[in-house]
Amino acid sequence: MTTTTPSPSPDGATPTDSDAVIFCAGLSKTFPGRAGAPTVAAVNELSLSVHRGEIFGLLGPNGAGKTTTVGMLTTRTIPTGGRAIVGGIDVIAHPSAAKQVIGVVPQINTLDRSLTVQENLFFHGRYFGMNSRMAKQRTAELLEQFRLTERAKADTVTLSGGMAQRLMVARAIMHRPQVLFLDEPTAGLDPQSRIALWEVVQELHGQGQTILLTTHYMEEADQLCNRLAIMDHGRILALDTPAELKRSLGAETEIILNATGDMDALAGAFASVDGVERTKAVEGSVRVYLSGSTQSALPVLINRAMEAGFTITDAKALEPTLESVFIDLTGRDLRE
Amino acid sequence: MTATTAPGLVAARPSRQAAGSAFIALLSRDARVLWKTKFAFALRTIIQPALTVFVFAYVFPKIGQGVGGAGGSSAFSTLLAPGLIAVALIFQGIQAVALPLVQEFGYTREIEDRVMAPLPVWLIAGEKIASGAIQALIAACVVLPFVYWIPLTPVHLSFHWFEVLTVTPLACLLGASLGLTIGTRIEPRQVPLLFSVIVLPMTFLGCAYYPWKSLQAIRWLQVLVLVNPLVYMSEGLRMSMTNVPHMATWGIYTALIAFTALLAGLGITGFKKRVLS
Repeated sequence: MTTTTPSPSPDGATPTDSDAVIFCAGLSKTFPGRAGAPTVAAVNELSLSVHRGEIFGLLGPNGAGKTTTVGMLTTRTIPTGGRAIVGGIDVIAHPSAAKQVIGVVPQINTLDRSLTVQENLFFHGRYFGMNSRMAKQRTAELLEQFRLTERAKADTVTLSGGMAQRLMVARAIMHRPQVLFLDEPTAGLDPQSRIALWEVVQELHGQGQTILLTTHYMEEADQLCNRLAIMDHGRILALDTPAELKRSLGAETEIILNATGDMDALAGAFASVDGVERTKAVEGSVRVYLSGSTQSALPVLINRAMEAGFTITDAKALEPTLESVFIDLTGRDLRE
Repeated sequence: MTATTAPGLVAARPSRQAAGSAFIALLSRDARVLWKTKFAFALRTIIQPALTVFVFAYVFPKIGQGVGGAGGSSAFSTLLAPGLIAVALIFQGIQAVALPLVQEFGYTREIEDRVMAPLPVWLIAGEKIASGAIQALIAACVVLPFVYWIPLTPVHLSFHWFEVLTVTPLACLLGASLGLTIGTRIEPRQVPLLFSVIVLPMTFLGCAYYPWKSLQAIRWLQVLVLVNPLVYMSEGLRMSMTNVPHMATWGIYTALIAFTALLAGLGITGFKKRVLS
């Protein structure tokens, strides 16, 4: 398994990586349990650093601790342990200074409904100290860049989901933050709007914007992120580039065989087949990671299963994806 | 992979300066919204006090139905004027601060962006109080001519300027602080209850329609209403703009300051709880 890189110094001193825009070490958040329930560790000793200009992803299922992590890095959730530095500012000690250098797009539509599209941008700029002329000019620029000029005077409630999301991104970068946080940016968007948003993110990346995004869509993580951390139960399980993470499976192909019965036993039966690197029993199926070709291995696998008394109900071969990595790490499916 | 530094990146400005300009910008945002909704603001501010004076100080004397006790209807309309302005301040606190916050916390979450503005969370809550107090002050000015001109009998106003200039801002801040406390503590589904359980008893038992001293006849009530902050707002304004007998000056000031501090404290704590976890 890949470990978190670069590891913070044990005493939690300054980041070793001068290029880091986000640095956190041992960051933890424990929520008190309600009515005598045990406490819940939403994020547990999280350490990572994000470089300038990078798109960094937090990939994991719902409840993995992604939003809590973003909450802590953006001053909204107060950590119960650890340190976090964003844009050179200690987020925990100086939250209002840190707010100057971050831009946030939360999961839900938080546009100011009392204001028009352009006023949402204008006043956001004013909150961040722009004078009226600067705020107007930047508003016009962003409306143009995000193809919202025609809707400048519209009420925000009249915007489609995709447009509202673009406006939220525009608003978040209005004050030119050092880091842009996108929390599940495409959740609930239709496929077209999702692709449009991906383009926006790529464009911002091209302009040098550092971005941290959370997602539970592996395609999104794969497409967009330079590096990503796979999270589950408040911990980072692996952190690397998407390509490296997939390579870490050590397989060119993955075959998923559905069957009934004891999957561990079935996985054991496949272990000695030629070309099989590893097997993983997941509820109702066995995942077989192959170094060789599918054609030669698949009949052998099916034969082996029949010899061991199993009936294969379905089989499919695919290139390993980030989901395969997640399943390999957790034994669970990413989509729940 | 690592691209060059984005153009025009802001370096953090001194926090105090950033917070100051953000505070002003938040106020100007509220002013813009108020301007956009000026007609709604005027209606919601005027109707209640205007109808009250119309019925009690115009219709009643006209039809010979007595309200106002031994002092006669002129004394009544005089003591009613400051009371209704005080009620208007409480309503402003509810409508300008509490109700929007209940919506924003419970449903739309649109406060999120303002919470990310570069100022401390307590100051964002403080801005809500400031903005509510300014709207309350405007409401007081809007209501004044109505409670002065509508009554059938003359309203004897006599402004004591030191009191006017000290009590009015305090009363406005108190109304807005009450709004913040309520707005951060109730859920959208509790709003209908808010009016019947809090606002109505407060206004009826807030010495708006009668001076506190006259409650001597019902001693237990005179003591009980002391927990109601509106009592001090009504009495304070009565002291400021009329010659009607009122409760002790020191008592009015002490209670106004204490209630403002208490409710602002509760409101700010409640606000922090809602936006930070």
